[in-house]
Amino acid sequence: MEDELESGVVKKFLYINRRAPHGSIYAHEALEVVLIGAAFDQDVSLAFIDDGVYQLKKNQDTSDINTKNFSKTYPALEMYDVEKLYVDKESLEQRGLSEDDLMVDVKILTSDEMKKIITESEVILNF
Amino acid sequence: MKFGILVNEGPYQHQASDSAFLFAKAAIEEGHEIFRVFFYHDGVNNGTRLATPPQDDRHIPNRWSELAKEHKIDLVLCVAAAQRRGMVDPDEMKRNDKDANNIAENFRISGLGQLIEAGIQADRFITFGD
Repeated sequence: MEDELESGVVKKFLYINRRAPHGSIYAHEALEVVLIGAAFDQDVSLAFIDDGVYQLKKNQDTSDINTKNFSKTYPALEMYDVEKLYVDKESLEQRGLSEDDLMVDVKILTSDEMKKIITESEVILNF
Repeated sequence: MKFGILVNEGPYQHQASDSAFLFAKAAIEEGHEIFRVFFYHDGVNNGTRLATPPQDDRHIPNRWSELAKEHKIDLVLCVAAAQRRGMVDPDEMKRNDKDANNIAENFRISGLGQLIEAGIQADRFITFGD
């Protein structure tokens, strides 16, 4: 079904995650795109901005809301060669979070640095 | 220029599908090409043929179908998102043992790889969503 392209074209993909992990399906379905997209050997980066920073918070437990705890997938992204995870510094600080609260290794960026990542990307998917 | 389009919201509830449609139409009128429109999240609901909006309102699914027919645009609903939300084509109906299908003409159901491919193939890729 998912035929890999043989064009050899490698583009800079950026997935921008702006929403809280639970309460809507955006984060969960965005992660599904990242996993499928990993098979295409593209240059992939993920950005976590606004409430999107909560997606990476450690120790998520969805048992009381009866939804799937897809957060376990984030630490597995490394195995899919998805290693460039960028987190917006201001968004973290506004929510009282620090790098220690996150479950994966990330690069914390100022908004100027984030702007540069966005500007340099060729295919941007907003979720 | 070759455009790829992602629609992340359902019809009527949100303007995303309207904006994507008007953009696609304007781009075609200016001589550009729409490589593919990929419908994701609740956006898959744009592909139902069972919608009956009031007569004095636009018919969003039909409008997409007609644009696709006229200009040979590839309209793709994500299979995983479609399965969750009950959007079914004849193949999926058989595969999942359902008693009906509801996909509109000139839409098809396929995998997320089609979204990534659109990103790779298009000169510009645009998300319409919330």
